[in-house]
Amino acid sequence: MSVGGKVITVTSGKGGVGKTTTTSNLSVALARNNQKVVMIDADIGLRNLDIVMGLENRIVFDLVDIVEGRCKPRQAMIRHKLFPELYLIPAAQTRDKTAVSPADMIQLTDMLRDDFDYIMIDSPAGIERGFRNAVAPADEVLIVTNPEVSAVRDADRVIGLLETENKAPGRLILNRVNPEMVRRGEMLSPDDVTDLLAIQLIGIVPEDENVVPSSNSGIPVTLNENSRAGLAYRNIARRLMGEKVPFMQLSESAGLFKRLTRLFSGK
Amino acid sequence: MMPDFLDRILGRTPTKKSGSMAKERLQFVLVHDRINLPPERLEAMKQEILAVISKYVSIDSENVDINLQNRERSSLLVAEIPFLKTLEGIEQDDEDDDAPPRTKADSTK
Repeated sequence: MSVGGKVITVTSGKGGVGKTTTTSNLSVALARNNQKVVMIDADIGLRNLDIVMGLENRIVFDLVDIVEGRCKPRQAMIRHKLFPELYLIPAAQTRDKTAVSPADMIQLTDMLRDDFDYIMIDSPAGIERGFRNAVAPADEVLIVTNPEVSAVRDADRVIGLLETENKAPGRLILNRVNPEMVRRGEMLSPDDVTDLLAIQLIGIVPEDENVVPSSNSGIPVTLNENSRAGLAYRNIARRLMGEKVPFMQLSESAGLFKRLTRLFSGK
Repeated sequence: MMPDFLDRILGRTPTKKSGSMAKERLQFVLVHDRINLPPERLEAMKQEILAVISKYVSIDSENVDINLQNRERSSLLVAEIPFLKTLEGIEQDDEDDDAPPRTKADSTK
């Protein structure tokens, strides 16, 4: 690992499992813990992290402008409204993934390491050039998946690719878990998924109706103190910082039901 | 135990939850994905392995079990290939006991 800040790449293989949501929420949660954070949207041509973060109107330069020398990294960074130490380097919207190489990403992140504690890279879906760009500079890779057959299969493929590139095994974020469905046996449980993928789990994020309204308004859900998904992201951020935080009990939402059954069974 | 038994005598198959179906199906597909060997190719490989072994020894082909397994993130081929008990010497003895040589049979007639 190089000196200075840590490069963390969020990837998944399959699209739509919550990579961008994860990147934005972990970045905000780290910034709330007084960490200096810069996010890089590595999904060139399909820019998204800007709109999820509510920063879409302030883009002047982008990642490809930096790589092709049209601006300094600082000029492309957009500062977050609420956190002065949280920045975004947006993806280019009108170019494709071949505009950036894995070597470019390593060079850029090495420059950023001096000024930031965390460099958070949002990987595109897939396992091609964009994925390799995102993963090349990573000190740690977070693999996001959902408890669904397609997402788990793709996550396994990504883990296999990381192995062949001699990257550290990565840690798993199981996103959009519906505790009630797990209880009924109609959804893969966190244990099932870790059994199958055989990698370490860093977080379980429950399905939460607060997530969509949060991205609608460009305010990451982790800022919502009442959201369980928000709490899950705050916990993952603390684990990234080395803290030992116990996993959230998925059955908490069934607490009332349990109390009622106990009452009626006289226990 | 009891509900299973009831299901069996009533001729019902117990309903399997989709969560465990997902796990079983993934266990199967991931092991093939990881070594890039689809099930048909694995089958062809098995037949070839058995053909080679059969050149040297007799195999109890009814009870052959060759399959892929995962141990953590490494995959391995686990094979159980029992041989037939009828070794050549014993085979001869069996023939002597059960089917007397024709010459003997001829002589009794």
